Amino acid sequence: MTTMTPAVSRFQGSPRRRRNEALVKTVLLVASGVSVAISVGIVLSLIFEAASFIGSIQLPQLFAEGWFPRRGMFSLPTVIAGTLIITIVAMVVAAPVGLGSAIFLSEYASPRVRKVVKPVLEILAGIPSVVLGFFALTWISPHVVQALFSEAQAFSLLSAGIGVGVLTIPLVASISEDAMRAVPVALREASYGLGARRITTSLRVVVPAAISGIVAALILAISRAIGETMVVAVAAGASGGSLFTLDPVGPGQTLTGAMASLATGSDSVTGNSSAFLSLYFLGFLLFLMTLGLNVIGDIFVRRTRQRY
Amino acid sequence: MSGASAVASGAVRASLRRQRVDVAGYVFSAVLLLSLLFSLALLTVLVADQLIRGLPVFAERGVNVLTSPLSSSPARAGVIQGLMGSALLALIVALTAFPIGILTAVYIEEYAPTTRLTRVIDVNIRNLAGVPSVVYGLLGLAVFVAVLSHVGSANGANVITGGLTLAVLILPLVIITSAEAIRAVPSAIREAGYGIGASRWQVVRKLVLPSATPGILTGTVLALSRALGETAPLILVGAVLGSFSQGRTIADLFTGPYSALPVIVYDWARKPQADFRALTSAAIIVLLVVTVIANGFAILLRSRYDRRW
Repeated sequence: MTTMTPAVSRFQGSPRRRRNEALVKTVLLVASGVSVAISVGIVLSLIFEAASFIGSIQLPQLFAEGWFPRRGMFSLPTVIAGTLIITIVAMVVAAPVGLGSAIFLSEYASPRVRKVVKPVLEILAGIPSVVLGFFALTWISPHVVQALFSEAQAFSLLSAGIGVGVLTIPLVASISEDAMRAVPVALREASYGLGARRITTSLRVVVPAAISGIVAALILAISRAIGETMVVAVAAGASGGSLFTLDPVGPGQTLTGAMASLATGSDSVTGNSSAFLSLYFLGFLLFLMTLGLNVIGDIFVRRTRQRY
Repeated sequence: MSGASAVASGAVRASLRRQRVDVAGYVFSAVLLLSLLFSLALLTVLVADQLIRGLPVFAERGVNVLTSPLSSSPARAGVIQGLMGSALLALIVALTAFPIGILTAVYIEEYAPTTRLTRVIDVNIRNLAGVPSVVYGLLGLAVFVAVLSHVGSANGANVITGGLTLAVLILPLVIITSAEAIRAVPSAIREAGYGIGASRWQVVRKLVLPSATPGILTGTVLALSRALGETAPLILVGAVLGSFSQGRTIADLFTGPYSALPVIVYDWARKPQADFRALTSAAIIVLLVVTVIANGFAILLRSRYDRRW
C-alpha cells in the first residue's frame, strides 16, 4: 500500500481527504497513548513514593511485631501472612467450585441449561465487592465460620477469605470453561469411540488437554484474591493495625486491608509522614505481585490458544 | 456356532448394552451439579439476607431513605448524596473513558500496523486490566488529586478526581471489549466499503462502528456497572466517609466533598450499631438494584442484537 506508483496516486483522493485521514490517525494514536501514559504514571508514582518511604524509615521497622503504621511499626511479615491466608482460603473455595462448574457447563450441560445457568455466574461476578464484604461479616462469619469453629471471632481472616473465594468463583469458572470448550470435539469423539465413559472423557481427555487454560484461570484468580480490598477491609477486622498472626479464625491484616485502613476512619493519615508513604510502598508490593502473576497467567492463556 | 464363541458374543453384547450401573459417573455429575448450585444458593442467600434486613427499613421510612442526606443518626440517615455522587461519577466516566477507550480500540483494530509499538500497547492494556483497583486509587491520589488540589473546597478530593480515577480503572475493560466487537465485524463489509472508494475513516465511521455498536454498548455498560460498584479507589482519593453537608450550587456539586453508594455501604458496614446494620442492607438493596439494572440492560442489548455473521 505504501509503494507509490503513478497509477496508484490517481486513486488516493484529494489533498483534503488525505489530510483528514492523517488527522484522524493522529487523534487515534494519541488516544491509544493514554493507556501507556497511565501505566507509566502508575509505575512512576509507586516507585518514587515507595522509595521515599524506604528512605524515611529504618529497616528493622519492617520487621516489627505487628502492623501499626501510626506507631512506626510496618511489619511486612504481618501483612504478607494475612494476604497468604486470605488467598489460600479463597482458592480452597474457588478452585473446586469454579472448576466443577466449568466442567459441568462445558461437558454435561445442554445448551438450554447453559443459557439459563451462565447468567447466574455473571450476576455473581457483577456484585460489588463491598456487598460481599458485608455478607461475609454478617452471614458467613456467624452462620459458617463461628458454627464450625467455636473459638472464631466475628471478624476473621477465614470469613473474609471465604468471601474473596466466592468473588473469584466466576473468574475461575469462565476462563477454564473457555479453555475446555476450545478442546476439539474430535478428541472427545475419539475417547467415546474407544468406549470411555463421560467421566473418563472429561477427566482424562478434556481436562488434560485444557490444562494450560485451567492453570491460567487459577493463577489469575490468585492474583485477583491478593488484590481484593473491600471484602478484607469490611470482614477481616484489624482496621487499626494487627500483631503478627497465623490464626485464620481471628482478625488479621493484609496488604490491601492495610491500605484501606490507612485511607479511612480513625486511622486515616495525610501529608508526608512515613505512615502516609507506606500506602505507596504497600501499593508497589501489590502491583509487583499481581503483575508477575498476570504475566505468567497470560502466557498460559496464550499457550491454549496456540495449540488448537 | 461353537459354544465358546456364543459365550464371548454374549459378553460383548452385555457390555455394549451397559447393564452395570455407572456409579462413579452419577456421583461425579452430581458433584459437578452441586458445585454449580453452590453459586446459585449463595446468590439466593445473599439477596434474601439483604432483603430480610433491609426491607423493614423501607417499610418503615419509605422513600425517605432515598431522599435523606447522610447523618450520624441511623433513624434519619439516607442515601441521596450517594445516589447523586454515583450519578455524577458515572457521567464523568462515560464522558472520558468511553470516547478514549473506543478510539483506542479503533486504532488497534483498524489502523495499527503490527509493529513493536502496537504490541507494547496491546500487552500493556491487558496487564492494566489485571492491576488491583486499589492501586488505581493510589494513581488517582498521586496524579489527579495532586493536580486538582487547588480546585474547590475539598483539596482535590472531589467528584472530578474520583470520576477520572474510575475512568482510568475501567479504560482497559472498555478497550478490550470494544476491540473484540470491532474484530467480530467481517472483513467483507470493509472490503465492500473500500470497493466503492471510501476512505479508511469513512469505512470505520459508516460501516464498522455501526455494525459493532451492540457489542461496544454491551461492553461499555458492563464496564460502567463495574465502576458503579467500586469502593477502594474512591476511599483512597478522598470520597467522604461519614456525613457532610453539600453546597447548593452546581460548582459545589463538582468541586465539594462527595460520596457514592458503595462508599456509603462501606461506611455504614463499619458501624457497630444494629440500626446501622439494617440501614446498610437498605443501601445494599439500592446499590444492587442500580447495578442489576445496568447489567440487565447490557445482557438485554447482547441478546437483542446478538448477530452471527
